[in-house]
Amino acid sequence: MKVIEAILDVFRNPQFYSITLTSSTPLIFASLGGVFSEVTGVVNIALEGIMLIGAFVSTAFAYYTGSPWIGVLMAIVAGIGVAWLHAWASIKWWGDQIVSGTAIILIAQGITGFLMKPVFGQVGQTDLEKFKMIKHITKEINPIVRPIKLPFPENSFLGQAFGNISPLVILAFVSVFIGWFIIYKTTLGLRMRSVGENPEAADTLGVNVYKIRYFGVLMSGVFASIGGAFLSVGDTGIFKELMTGGRGFIALAAMILGNWNPVGAMLASILFGSSEAFANQLQSSKLIEVSSSVKPLFNMVPFIVTLIVIGGFIGKTRPPAADGIPYKKSE
Amino acid sequence: MYEEYAVVMKGIVKRFPGVLANDHVDLFVRKGEIHAVVGENGAGKSTLMNQLYGLLRPDEGEIYVFGKKVEMKGPKDAIKNGIGMVHQHFMLVGNLTVAENVVLGSETTKGRVVFDLREAKKRVKELSERYGLHVDVDAKIEDIPVGMQQRVEIIKTLYRGAEILIFDEPTAVLTPQETEELFEVMRRLKAAGKTMIFISHKLNEVMEISDNITVMRLGKVTAKLITKETNPREIARAMVGRDVVLRVEKPPHEPKDVVFEVENLWVKDNRGLDAVRGVSLKVRAGEIVGIAGVAGNGQSELVEAITGLRKIEKGTIKLLGQDITGLDPRSLRNMGMTHIPEDRLKYGMVLQYPAYYNMILGKHWWEPYSIRGFLNHPAIFEDSRRLFEEFDVRPRNINMLGGNFSGGNQQKIVVAREVSSNPKFIVVAQPTRGLDVGAIEFIHKTILRLREQDVAILLVSMELEEVFSLSDRILVMYEGEIMGEVRPEETNFEEVGLMMAGKRLEEVRA
Amino acid sequence: MEKYWGFIIPAVSVLVALVIAAFVIMSVGKNPVEAYAIMVKGAFGSSAAIVNTIVKTTPLILTGLAVGFGFRAGVFNIGAEGQMIMGALTATAVGINLGWAPPYFALSLTIIAGMLAGAGWAAIAGYLKAKTGAHEVVTTIMLNWIATYLSSYMVQVPLAVGSGTPKSPEIAPSAKLPVLMKVGPMEMSAGIIISVTAAIVMYVLLEKTTTGYEVKAAGFNPYAAEYGGISISKNVTMSMAISGALAGLAGVVELMGVHHRFLGTLSGGKGFDGISIALIGQNHPIGIIFAALLMGALRTGSNEMQFAGISKHIVMIIQGIVIFLVAADRIVRTMILWRKRKKVKV
Repeated sequence: MKVIEAILDVFRNPQFYSITLTSSTPLIFASLGGVFSEVTGVVNIALEGIMLIGAFVSTAFAYYTGSPWIGVLMAIVAGIGVAWLHAWASIKWWGDQIVSGTAIILIAQGITGFLMKPVFGQVGQTDLEKFKMIKHITKEINPIVRPIKLPFPENSFLGQAFGNISPLVILAFVSVFIGWFIIYKTTLGLRMRSVGENPEAADTLGVNVYKIRYFGVLMSGVFASIGGAFLSVGDTGIFKELMTGGRGFIALAAMILGNWNPVGAMLASILFGSSEAFANQLQSSKLIEVSSSVKPLFNMVPFIVTLIVIGGFIGKTRPPAADGIPYKKSE
Repeated sequence: MYEEYAVVMKGIVKRFPGVLANDHVDLFVRKGEIHAVVGENGAGKSTLMNQLYGLLRPDEGEIYVFGKKVEMKGPKDAIKNGIGMVHQHFMLVGNLTVAENVVLGSETTKGRVVFDLREAKKRVKELSERYGLHVDVDAKIEDIPVGMQQRVEIIKTLYRGAEILIFDEPTAVLTPQETEELFEVMRRLKAAGKTMIFISHKLNEVMEISDNITVMRLGKVTAKLITKETNPREIARAMVGRDVVLRVEKPPHEPKDVVFEVENLWVKDNRGLDAVRGVSLKVRAGEIVGIAGVAGNGQSELVEAITGLRKIEKGTIKLLGQDITGLDPRSLRNMGMTHIPEDRLKYGMVLQYPAYYNMILGKHWWEPYSIRGFLNHPAIFEDSRRLFEEFDVRPRNINMLGGNFSGGNQQKIVVAREVSSNPKFIVVAQPTRGLDVGAIEFIHKTILRLREQDVAILLVSMELEEVFSLSDRILVMYEGEIMGEVRPEETNFEEVGLMMAGKRLEEVRA
Repeated sequence: MEKYWGFIIPAVSVLVALVIAAFVIMSVGKNPVEAYAIMVKGAFGSSAAIVNTIVKTTPLILTGLAVGFGFRAGVFNIGAEGQMIMGALTATAVGINLGWAPPYFALSLTIIAGMLAGAGWAAIAGYLKAKTGAHEVVTTIMLNWIATYLSSYMVQVPLAVGSGTPKSPEIAPSAKLPVLMKVGPMEMSAGIIISVTAAIVMYVLLEKTTTGYEVKAAGFNPYAAEYGGISISKNVTMSMAISGALAGLAGVVELMGVHHRFLGTLSGGKGFDGISIALIGQNHPIGIIFAALLMGALRTGSNEMQFAGISKHIVMIIQGIVIFLVAADRIVRTMILWRKRKKVKV
C-alpha cells in the first residue's frame, strides 16, 4: 500500500499547495477571459492561441527591455490584437466562431514558431544558458516573480505553501473579483449578460450589441494573454514552442464547469490546477520509485480529470442562451 | 405640419430581396387615440411598425412624430421621440429579473458605473402601481407567466417615457379573459393621454378597442375606416380582397373504433418542471379531437411526448391497442403515426435539403425510397413530383432548397409528406400558423379529407376559431391539465375561454 | 454564381493567405517570390519530389476526409490527431506480431485494428456529446493529449526497442503495404490507393445511401432529423466513429506504408491539417483530395524552404489564414462582390 501512502504524502506536502497555485493561475486568467467572451455570446476557443501569443510576446519584450512588466504589458496589447481578430470575424462577419478560433490557434502556433529564430536566434525553446539574463531577472530582480511575502512563519506548513506568492497569482484572484464585480454589479455587466442571452431584446432597447460583444472578446484577450505571460516570464522564465499545451482548452472546461461565472471558473481552475500539481508531486514522490519512462502516464492525469468532469457535469450547467450564435442585424 | 397627429408616416416604401413589403404606405394616428392597423400575415404591418420603431429603415418616405419630422436610425431614436413598442415575441432577457429587464439600456446608476438595483426596483414599483400593471420585480422573466411578461413589456415602454405605444399582436398569447384585462390597461393608458397603435388580425378585438382603423393588404393600405361607422365584414373584405367564408363546411361523419389512447400522462419541460400533468384522452378513427389552450400550457410537451420526441415520466400511450409508451419516432412512424409539427422550420424541414429530400423525411428508410440501404432516386423524384401536383406546391421545382420556398408552400410540403404516408393516426399542431387565407383553406380541407378516410386526428391549435370549426370534440388544456371536454356545437367562446384561464368545466357550468 | 462559391471561396482564401504569408516572409528579410519558387520546385521539381508530395498527401487525404465527414454530420472532430495516433499505435501492436501470417491476412487485420482503434477513440467523444452534451471540441482535445502521452509511454516501455529516440520494433514484412513506385530513396506505397478509395467510398456513402441521408440531415438540422425518425445520439456517436476510423486509417497508412514502426513524430500535426483540408475542400470528398494535394505540396515544399532559411512554420500560418477566411466566408464574398461592383461602375 505504498501507493496510498505516497498519495497521502502528496497532500501532506506544502509544495503540493504552492504548485497548485502556480498551475491554477494561468487557468484562472484564461477561464476568466472565456467567461468575459461567452457571457456576451461569443464562443472563444482561441484562448489557447491567445495564451501562446501572450507567453511569446512577454518573453520577447522582457528579454529586450529587461523588464518583465513591460513584457506583460506588451502581451496584453498583443492579446487584445489577436482577440480583435476573432471578434472581427465572429461579430462583424458572422463567422463560425469555433472554426475562427481554430484558425487563430493555428496562426498563433505558426507565428510563434516562425519568429523563434528571428527573435531569439534559436528554435524549439529559449536557451536557459543564453537566457541566464532573463532567468536572472525573473528570479531575483524581476518584481513579478520576486515573491510577495505573506505573514506566515517561514518554516510552518502555511509558510512553505503560501509564504511566497508571485504578484501575478495575486493579480489572478484580484482579476476574478473585478470580473465578478463588472459582470454582476455594473450597468456594463447587465448589458453584457443581456446581449449573451437575448441580443435582439437588448438591441430594441438601444444597447449596442456589437460594441458590447467586442468588449467581451477583447477582455478575453487581456486575461488570456496575462495567463500566457505567467507561463513564461511569470513562472519558468523561458518560452517554449507550444508551451501552453492545451491549457486554453482546460480553461474552457473550467469556464463550463464554473457555470460561466468568474468565481465558479476560478474554483474549477483550482481543481484542474491541483490535479496537475498532484500528478507532478506523485511522480517525484520518494516513497514510490517512478522511472522516467512512466512519466507520460502522470502527464495524462489533468486531461483525464478534465474529460471526466466535463462528461459528468456538463448538462448541469447552463450556457448563455445566445452563446455562439452570430447576431445578424437586419437593415 | 401635422400638429394634431401623434404619428404620421407618409409614402413609406420598404423592399426586401424579392418582396415589396411596404408600397407607399400612409398612416395617420391622432393624439390620444387607439389606432388599429389590421391585415393578414404578410400584409406588411410588422414591417411598417419596425420602421416606426427604428428597427428597419424605410427606403422611401417620411415620418413625423408630434408634428416634427424625424429620422429613426435605431430604437434609441424612437425611444427619444417617445415611442415604445410591445413586441409580439416579447423582447425580454430570460435570465434577468423583471426590474433588470425594465431598466436595461437606460439603467439607474450609482456614480455612473455601478448599477443601482434598489432604485430600479423602486421606479418599476411606482409605474406598476400608477397604471395598475401588477408585476413581481424580483422574479426572473423565465419564471413568470406570459401575461405578466406582457405587463413587463408595457412597463418597459412607460419607464422610457413613451407617449406612443405600439402593441404588435398583443392578444395572440392571451386568454379571452387576459385580453379583457389588457384592454382595461389600454383604456387606462388612453385616459392618461397616451396614444396607442394596435396591430391585429382579430376583427372583434379591433371593433372593441380601437377608434380608427387602417387596413393593409399585400404591402398597401386598402382602407381607412372609423370604427364606429364600420363592421367586421367591411374590414374583412378590405383585408382579404374578397368576401371570405369564415368557416369551412364540415360534413357529418360517424367515428369508428378507438385508435389512439393516452392514460394519465406526465411529462416534464426543458427546465424539469411538470408540463403535462395526468392527461388522458382518446381519439377514434374518423374523428378530430381538438386541443385548445393558451400557448405554453403544456400542449407542445404533450405533442412531443406523443410523437416520441420527449421523455415520458409516467402514464401509457396506446396505438391500435398496442402499448407504444416510450417508443422512438422511427418505430412510431413505422406503426402508422405521422405528425405535422407546430414549428415547421425547426422540426418540419431540413432547409438545406432540396424539396425532394424533404418529401421523404421520416419515411426515407421505406421502400421504394430506400432499397437495401441505398437511396432510390428515381422513385423519390417521381413521388415528389406527384405530390407537388396534388398539393399545388409552388414553384413546381422539386430541386429547389427547402429554405427557398415561401412559408405557405413549405407547410404544403410538410402536409403533403405527412398525409401521403397513409397514417392511421396523425398529430396536427398549429397547422395554419403564419399562413394566408388561401393556404389555410387548403389545409383545413385536407384535414377534413383525412377524417373522411377514417384517420384518427389530434389537432392542437392556439386559434380558437380553427379548433371550433374543425373539431368533433374539444379538450381545453391549462397548466398541463385537461379542464374539460366539450362539443363545439354545444359550447361557445366564452365557456372555452374560461376553461383556458383555468376554470374546470364543472365550475364554468355550475 | 451561388453554385461556384464552393470553389471560389477556398481558392480566393488560399490566394489571400499566400499574399499575407509573403509579407510575413518579407518581414524577416527574405524574398517571398524566391521562397515560393523554392517551394514549388521542392514539391514538383523532380520525380522524387513528386513522389514525396504524393507520399505526404496520402495520410492528409484521410485526415481531411475524417474531419470533413464530421462537418457533414454536424460534429467538429478536432481530435483526428489523437485518433490517428491511436490507430497507428494499435496497428503497431498487431502488426509486429503477425510474422506468421500471409500478407492478405496480415494487411487486412492490421488495417482493421487501426481503424477500429481510431473509431473507438473518437466514439468516446461522440458518446459524451450524445449523452451529456459535452462539446466535442473540448473532449477530443483532451483525448488528443491523452493519446499523445499514452503512445509516448507505450514506445518507452511495453513496445520499446533499441536506444535513442523512443520507437517500436518494425511491423512484420507481411503487414507492410506493397511499394508501387520507387524513385531514389523515395518509396510510394499502395497507401495512395487506399486514400483515394476511401474518398470514393465516402462520396457514395454520403450521396447514395440512406445512412448518408441521415448523417447529413442530422448535420443540417438535428431537430428535424430527430422528428424524422433519425436518432441523434446514435448518429453523433456513429458519425464520430466513422470520422475516427478514417483518421485511424491515416495513422495505419503512415505506419504500414512509410515508417513501418511507431515513432513519436508519426502523426506530426497531420490530424490538425485535416481541418484546413476539409474546409478548403468544402467537405466534399473530391475537393478534399485536391486540398490534401495542395497541403502535401506545401509541406514538401516547405522542407526545401527550410534549407533556404525560412521556417516551415509559414505553412501553419498559411493554413490558419485560410481557415480564418473560410470561417468568415462573408469577408471573401464581400471582397469579390465589392470588386465586381466597382467594375460595373467603371
